[in-house]
Amino acid sequence: MSVDATLSFEEAMEKYDPVLGFEVHVELNTKTKMFSSAPNVFGDEPNTNVNEVDLGMPGVLPVVNKTAVESSIKIGLALNCKIAESCRFARKNYFYPDTPKNFQTSQYDEPIAYDGYLDIELEDGTVFRVEIERAHMEEDAGKLTHMGGAAGRIQGADYSLVDYNRSGVPLVEIVTKPIEGAGSRAPELAKAYVAAVREIVKNLGVSDAKMERGNVRCDANVSLRPHGRERFGIRSETKNVNSLRAVEHAVRYEIQRHAAVLDSGEPVIQETRHWHEDTRSTTSGRPKSDADDYRYFPEPDLVPVVASREWVEELRATLPEPPAERRKRLKEAWGYSDLEFRDVVNAGVMDSIEETIAAGASADVARKWWMGEIVGRAKVADVDPSELGVTPQVIVELNKLVEDGKINNKMATQVLDGVLAGEGTPEEIVEKRGLAVVSDDGPLLEAIDAALAAQPDVAEKIRGGKVQAIGAIVGGVMKATRGQADAGRVRELILEKLGVEG
Amino acid sequence: MTELKNELIHHSAADLAAKLAAREVTAVEVTQAHLDRIADVDGQVNAFLHVNSEEALAVAAEVDAARAAGGSAAEELHALAGVPIAVKDLIVTIGQPTTAGSKILEGWHSPYDATVVKKLRAAKMPILGKTNLDEFAMGSSTEHSAYGPTRNPWDLDRIPGGSGGGSAAAVAAFEAPLALGTDTGGSIRQPGAVTGTVGVKPTYGAVSRYGAIAMASSLDQIGPVSRTVLDSALLQEVIGGHDPFDSTSLTDPFNDLVAAARVGNVAGMKIGIVKELHGEGYQAGVENRFNESLQLLKDAGAEIVEVSCPNLKYALGAYYLIMPSEVSSNLAKFDGVRFGMRVLPKDGPMTIERVMGATRAAGFGDEVKRRIILGTYALSAGYYDAYYGSAQKVRTLIQRDFDAAFAKADVLISPTAPTTAFKLGEKLDDPLAMYLNDVATIPANLAGIPGLSLPGGLADEDGLPVGIQLLAPARQDARLYRVGAVLESILEEKWGGPMLAQAPVLGSATTTAGGSN
Repeated sequence: MSVDATLSFEEAMEKYDPVLGFEVHVELNTKTKMFSSAPNVFGDEPNTNVNEVDLGMPGVLPVVNKTAVESSIKIGLALNCKIAESCRFARKNYFYPDTPKNFQTSQYDEPIAYDGYLDIELEDGTVFRVEIERAHMEEDAGKLTHMGGAAGRIQGADYSLVDYNRSGVPLVEIVTKPIEGAGSRAPELAKAYVAAVREIVKNLGVSDAKMERGNVRCDANVSLRPHGRERFGIRSETKNVNSLRAVEHAVRYEIQRHAAVLDSGEPVIQETRHWHEDTRSTTSGRPKSDADDYRYFPEPDLVPVVASREWVEELRATLPEPPAERRKRLKEAWGYSDLEFRDVVNAGVMDSIEETIAAGASADVARKWWMGEIVGRAKVADVDPSELGVTPQVIVELNKLVEDGKINNKMATQVLDGVLAGEGTPEEIVEKRGLAVVSDDGPLLEAIDAALAAQPDVAEKIRGGKVQAIGAIVGGVMKATRGQADAGRVRELILEKLGVEG
Repeated sequence: MTELKNELIHHSAADLAAKLAAREVTAVEVTQAHLDRIADVDGQVNAFLHVNSEEALAVAAEVDAARAAGGSAAEELHALAGVPIAVKDLIVTIGQPTTAGSKILEGWHSPYDATVVKKLRAAKMPILGKTNLDEFAMGSSTEHSAYGPTRNPWDLDRIPGGSGGGSAAAVAAFEAPLALGTDTGGSIRQPGAVTGTVGVKPTYGAVSRYGAIAMASSLDQIGPVSRTVLDSALLQEVIGGHDPFDSTSLTDPFNDLVAAARVGNVAGMKIGIVKELHGEGYQAGVENRFNESLQLLKDAGAEIVEVSCPNLKYALGAYYLIMPSEVSSNLAKFDGVRFGMRVLPKDGPMTIERVMGATRAAGFGDEVKRRIILGTYALSAGYYDAYYGSAQKVRTLIQRDFDAAFAKADVLISPTAPTTAFKLGEKLDDPLAMYLNDVATIPANLAGIPGLSLPGGLADEDGLPVGIQLLAPARQDARLYRVGAVLESILEEKWGGPMLAQAPVLGSATTTAGGSN
């Protein structure tokens, strides 16, 4: 395998303007397949989730899965598309053993959704509008496994096995219009776009949206043109880039590779490319020309799909709030800084915080607990924070115990561990463990005297008005009381003792 | 007893049903009589590709047991329970092979039943076997079967029509009282015409296509084959109705067909002669019988009007673009990968493309290949609009022509086929001449409307059967049965009995009746 020459990304950007385009395939999580009643289940024994329709046996006919149509309309609406009142399926004819009928039932000139857009927010808050050309319904192909060759590739293989479990799984293919003007942010935009589509279909509940399982698959088209030129360059299509990071890397790599090809004076070849995660590079696939002749014609075995306006509006009314809008709303409502909010989102606790606030906690308290305590423990336990076992009620209760002065923050974390260990509710644990803030001032005053005596220089400073030095004395008291004192009260008593205004 | 059994095969399905209900005969006797007949004459006719006597007799025995048990078991029996039937070998069946008349499916057993077969089983109609056809239903003579041609019971040197020559000949030769056919461009009606039997192509969508191996999906329709109009009505009511497995199937019940066949008059009905579907190109004897039927209907009180469907002159051309286009796609699945024949290339690299190629080259006959090539070409980029696209426009124009015609007439009438049965081999090397056999039947498929062919008498010049075709608007299949039954009864009165009584006697029936079997 020869290694293609590349230019540095910066140099490529100096000389050329990238144009992107994406085809994202989303596998729907319907119970049954697109055109048959066989189960739509991932990961079972090969060729078990199939019936005569999926195998393309003689005489079979397809029947459209209504739920899949519903999901497709929802996706279309979430992508701000128009929904066709009536649309047909078409046959895409080509011989390949993963396609049991030797044609794929797809949509051609009548997609169910068309003319939409998606506003993509980049890391720094820049919003970039990606125009959606269409979203259409189709069926997935089976899966080929090439045996006997190197690394499961078809070259050199002795034979191939075919698993039709995936054959007929409902897909929605989302196709963008050419994306111009992204400049050096093209790789970042690529990642953000695919992430946004993934988030939308997950939020709609129409797909499991797991990229590692191929629920969301991206083909990335890249072409370059010299700055200022209107006409697009020749594109390559990198197939099945199946992680968000890989999307970013693949686009970056292809930009660098195209730039080197163009610099050498050669034309870019219109072809598909394969992405290799190990080398973070692409290799040549098959030539792809716009004249590939799939002999499309309307699928005569299916009547047109009619989406009445009433139905579409019914579905529109069921759509959840778009993820981006929801984030914007919550960030404002909670008053978090950009950084705080991004951390919350990245840690995957936005929903949990929302629930905790709904249960009665303040935004800051909710964030403090989730980000400060729970996320770290979840990481250790290797589970999602929301799956650790902390309910919003636990946090509200813990916080109330602290606010009422019954326990301090340090004790509260011990109580939290008790909750996670299944010892009961926070109140029960406080009781059982005998945790309670020392509220009798007598022992505290003794400890304070001792601490002041131990650090006379600090005591002097405080008397002299450097109140911020008080931490050392408070620390001493807390140490002496093994943390059972209320630090706030200790502070008050120290200041009182020294006759200083707090 | 043997004589009685032999006599049984001459009864219509309706008569057999009545005799079974009255317990005058048993289903096993009726089924055995037909199996005996098949054993006796099918060596000459070659209507059957497979006979399943064991299953047929077992089903018959179930019917007899239910009837003997009386009570609800007997009451729940379908009217046609115990009446045997033959099934065109394009329709898939569990327990019997399905070949589509092609080498490529030799030995293949379907893992599922066609919806119509499920309905036959639910009605407990013994399935005698699978009947011969042109390969994948492509032909008008059954000569394109990979398993040898079927012969016309009226003259064993002549074709029985096609593609459903097996079903028509089986019924004409009294090997079965009923059969299922499929009709894409006339494959039920034209064989009916040339064998002197009744064949009906229902409204597109009236009968589920699930399990009929697709030739041209937008044109295919399963329908009844019988010796009387009433029998076809009875059978269509068994096999018809909405099927959730066929999204093109209609939700209309179509349960008024038998009643329509029993109305018994056509007084006041308007019957339209389609100007473009008779006259030039039609054999004189065919034209004479057609005119005779018109006169008889007129005498019976129908009003005869003339209508014109000017776009029908493009029907054959449009058909031979749409049909092969769909064929080229529908037959792509026969590639040796998952089922049926697999042929490995003799030499050279063993790639999937070459295995597919070798399989299809060896497995398909010439007519099938011809249509796949035609269709592939018609759908190609750059040709699609000129061929497939234009043909679809013609289809719309033809539908409009029929709409206009049916504004003037309740049913339309024409000869079913331009000629009587021709000799085996006569048109085999002339595809265009072969295609012309369907010139009068194709328009109904393009328009999705129902059509019925019934015996109209024998042509003067050759003494061979002539078919009369009736056409009705979509969903108005009942009109066909009403007019068809009336015309049938007037003609039989004129002939002094069924037309098939004039057919030559086949087999050993007359010489060995009462013999030793």
